[in-house]
Formats: sequence, structure tokens, C-alpha cells
Amino acid sequence: MNHYANLAELEARALSLAYGRTPVIDTLDMTLPPGRVTAIVGPNGCGKSTLLAGLARLHVPGAGSVLLNGDDIQRLPARTLARQLALLPQQASAPEGLTVMDLIRFGRQPHQGWLSQWSADDRQAVHDALAAADLEDLAERPLDALSGGQRQRAWIAMTIAQQTPLLLLDEPTSALDLGHQIEVFELVRRLAGGGRTVVMVLHDLSSACRYADHLLALQGGRIVAAGPPNQVVTTDLVRHLYGIDCTLIIDPDTGAPLLGNIRRAHPSSA
Amino acid sequence: MRIALMRIAECLPAWRWRRPQGVARPFIVLSLLVLLAGLASVLLGAGEVGPGRAIAVLLGGGDAEARFVVGSLRLPRTLIGIAVGVALGVSGALLQAMTRNPLAEPGLLGVSAGSAFAVALALLLGASAATLRVSAAQLGALVGCLCVLSVVRMRGVGSDPIRLVLAGAAFSALLASFTSLLLLFDQRAADEIRFWVIGSLSGRRIDDLIAVLPSLLVAGVIVLAIARPLAALALGERVASGLGHRPARVRLLVILAVSLLVGAATAIAGPIAFVGLVVPFAARALAGPDIRRALWLCVPLGPLMVVSADVLSRLLVAPSEMPLGVLTAICGAPVLVAVVRARRMPTL
Repeated sequence: MNHYANLAELEARALSLAYGRTPVIDTLDMTLPPGRVTAIVGPNGCGKSTLLAGLARLHVPGAGSVLLNGDDIQRLPARTLARQLALLPQQASAPEGLTVMDLIRFGRQPHQGWLSQWSADDRQAVHDALAAADLEDLAERPLDALSGGQRQRAWIAMTIAQQTPLLLLDEPTSALDLGHQIEVFELVRRLAGGGRTVVMVLHDLSSACRYADHLLALQGGRIVAAGPPNQVVTTDLVRHLYGIDCTLIIDPDTGAPLLGNIRRAHPSSA
Repeated sequence: MRIALMRIAECLPAWRWRRPQGVARPFIVLSLLVLLAGLASVLLGAGEVGPGRAIAVLLGGGDAEARFVVGSLRLPRTLIGIAVGVALGVSGALLQAMTRNPLAEPGLLGVSAGSAFAVALALLLGASAATLRVSAAQLGALVGCLCVLSVVRMRGVGSDPIRLVLAGAAFSALLASFTSLLLLFDQRAADEIRFWVIGSLSGRRIDDLIAVLPSLLVAGVIVLAIARPLAALALGERVASGLGHRPARVRLLVILAVSLLVGAATAIAGPIAFVGLVVPFAARALAGPDIRRALWLCVPLGPLMVVSADVLSRLLVAPSEMPLGVLTAICGAPVLVAVVRARRMPTL
């Protein structure tokens, strides 16, 4: 069932982001495919997380703009934006003893007024988020008593309860072991299946190819490739991004490109 | 005893992870304890008016001396203790939530010292009207708060709870020496300041309390308005922004509320340390990590600590009195050591 018939469209127009005088993102244009999973990949320091912060209005553009359904997000009230776009920053931490339920309830804050009480809608949204992230049995557990994968699912559940058509995740699987990474990725796929537009910054190109519909490859603050993984990922792109040579194999089960025989690129071949 | 209470609370997990409405029962129980402590504060004293004579006054009779002691000394003192307790307990909880540091406390961070220095300066310059002293104290607290915030913003300090406290201790020591310096200039002011910088509830007048009531009310309104975003800030600045809050604005309002509260408390009672540390610590043990629940419990816990400490300060060395600050330190220092020595520093 598609809960998000009115898909929100997020695009960057000639977006430039800088830290002080150091430019990080340089006149970048992009549109997120609605209802799909987009992965932003690239080497360390290429501006992946900065771009995500810019898309979530955590970073004020030096030039250009980010448009949500055609409106500049800098001009939107903070709460209006938070009802359209949810963000999970990298390695978020919660106070000790906070339970899964407590955390997920925070996701309802953009929907609550100054004096408005906890409503039936809020209760339903929290219930749905618990179910979506498969956390019903863990609702009353403190976060610090969960496994890494469960904890990350709880954080994502908080953003699910926010009921936004757009979901931005900054390295949602960093510091997780392989099994826990798959837990998170499968949840992300389910969310996109429900009609959400998901963007995630990823370190691992193979996971990005496996779980994203759309890749944005960043290098030096510019997009060097954009499109479906099996169309844009080439040995040249991999060498350009990470300075490695590899053999590309097509996963016979998923059709996603896999990186084989990875080695450091020889200076002469670069 | 307080620590024993917390140990008991830790053994009752059902107390710790409750829904917001779950704080109602501990709030009522603690409020009743505050009433008991308040009654003790009115009935007991270091002087000659014992419980019997005081009860006679409460029942509408009593002799003139007892009426004076109860009505003009002990009752104002008790009410002031309640107000100071609420102000310091709540401001400690606010500071800890804002800095995400369980050791942040107005007394330890130099907010109280900033406030005290400003009052000393105002007294030296000839100020005497109660309201002027309050404004000076609040202005000093504001400057102290801003210094704290800039320290928190410094690289590597904000992430380490102990460094923040060290910075606060250095800042407090600096201000204390400035205050001592001021005492050298003016003997008349020095006597008044010395009486005041000790931190005590004795000899304070009900007018002092009335003078700070408006700012306590304003601070209360601010706290109600920022409770929800402040709770979200416990998840980190970026998460709070993602939930539609404006962390910079929330932080500014916290600083404003803390300045009003600490300034008011310091203007009446002088600097009193450790209340802002012990009270939120106990409130979290009872209410869990959500600041909204903890803040509700700080309201009765603060007065409970200050009023009981004040009663003890009169009884322990009767017929003379111990400074209140000494007793709060006796309660607070073990908590400080316990928090620092806990194998895992509780993250906020």
C-alpha cells in the first residue's frame, strides 16, 4: 500500500556549501527520484555528509538552493519541513535508559503544537513505526540494552513515526557488523516499498549497488556519476572515486554490480 | 540518606521507565515530604523557641516571642528555602540537559560565582534596594552562563564532562578572588558581603522573596515552553533540528531561564553549591532520562534538599548555626564523586 501518494520532490539547484571559506559542495544540481532509494557514495571528504546536511537544512547554502516541491527549504518554517523530511544523523546517541518507545515518540514532535496533547494519530503512528521496524517485542527495552542493529532500527523507527515522505540517513550502517547492516538495509527497502523517498550516505559501494535504485557518486564536491547502479558503476568510476582497480561482476541473483579482485590502482594505470 | 533513597529507586525498575503520567505519584509523595520538612523548619530552631511553643503559635496562640520567631523568622526562611530549592534544582536540570553533561551545575560551573561577584560589585557601588541586587545577580549569572557556554563550545571540552567542571572550578576560583579583592576596598560593604557570600537562609527577609517572584514566574513560563525541544536536544543537535526545533534558540532560552533562576536564588540566599547537582541526579533516578519527567520531580526535590539541609544546619551545632552551603556540600560531594567514579559516566 502506498501511504505517500503525494510524493515530495527534493532537488538541489546550483547548490554550493562551504565550511567557512573552504568550499565543499560546488554548484551542484540534482533531483531525487521520488519513491526510490538513492545512495550518495564517494571517497572520504568528498562532501557526501555535507550534501546530506544541506538537503536537510542543517547547512545554510553559500549559493544556490534546495527546493522541496519547488519551495526553497530555507524559507519553510522548521516544523513544516520536519513534517516533510526526516533526518537520521550519523551515530546518533540517546541518554542512558531511554526506551525504544520513548525514542519513537520523539518522532511525533513535529506534529504536536505547543499545548496539544498526545493524540490518537500519534499513538497510531508510533504503533505503525514499531511494527514497520519489527520492534514490537522490544518497545519497553532501554536502547543501551539492544544490539547495534536493533538500536539503529529503533532510530529509523523514530523517523518513520515522523511520517514524512522523505527520509535522509547519514551512514546508517557505519559501525554495524554485516548481519546488522542487512537488517537496516532490508528495513530501508521496505520503507521505499511503502512509497517513501530515501537518501542515504554510504561508505560501501557494494552495499550501495545492492540496495539503492539510484547512485550519486561524488568527488571533490561535484557529481561525477548519477543513475542506476548497473548503468553508472564502471571500473573507471571505481578507480576515479577510490583509487582502486577491480573486476566488476554482475550478481547473478540481484543484477547488482559486485567488486571483485580489488587492488590498489597502479600509478601508471590511473 | 538521599543516596540510600536512590539505591532503593534503582532496585525498582518500574519506577524508572515510566510514561510521563508516571511521575504523578513520586511528585505527590515528594511534595508531602516537602510539607513535612517545611513544618519541621517552622517548629525547630537553634534558639529557645522549641516545638511546643511553635505549635502553640500555629494553633493561633503562643507568646509574643514565639510569634515573632515563627512568623517573622522561620516562616519567611522556610518559604525562601522552598523558592531557592526550586530555582537551583530546576536550573541544574536545565544546564545538564543543555550541555548533555551530568556534572553541569550552577555552583560548579561558575554561574553562581558570576552572580555573587556581580552582587558584591553592586553592593560596593552602593546598591541596596532589593530589586537592584536581584538584577545585578541575574546579570552576573547571565555572564557566567555565557562563559560556560563558550567553554562548552570549545573543542574537546564539551565532550568531556570532567573538563567542563574543571573549567568551571577555575572560573569560580577566579571570580571568588575578584570578590575578595572587592572586600579590601570597602569595609562597610565587606561586612554586608561577607554575611551574604556564605550562602545561608538565615536573616533573609520575605521582601527579598517577593522581589524575585516575578522573575521566577517568567522563568517558569520559559521552562514550560522549552521542555519539549530540550528533551529532543538530548538526542543531539542534529536530531533536534530534524524534528523541527531550533537548537540555538532553545539554548538561548535555557540560558535566560537559568540566569533568572540562579540570579534570583543567589540574590536571596547567596551562592549555594551542589543543589543543582544532587537534585537532578535524584530526579533522573526516579523519573528516567526524559528531562520533561525529571523537571517535574526537581520541583519538590529541590525544596526538600534545601529545607531539610537548613533545618539540620540549625540543629547540628545548636545553639549556633552551620552555614547551609556546608551541609549541601556534605550531601553533594559524595554524589559528585559517585558520578565521576561510576565506571560508565551516564550520558545525557
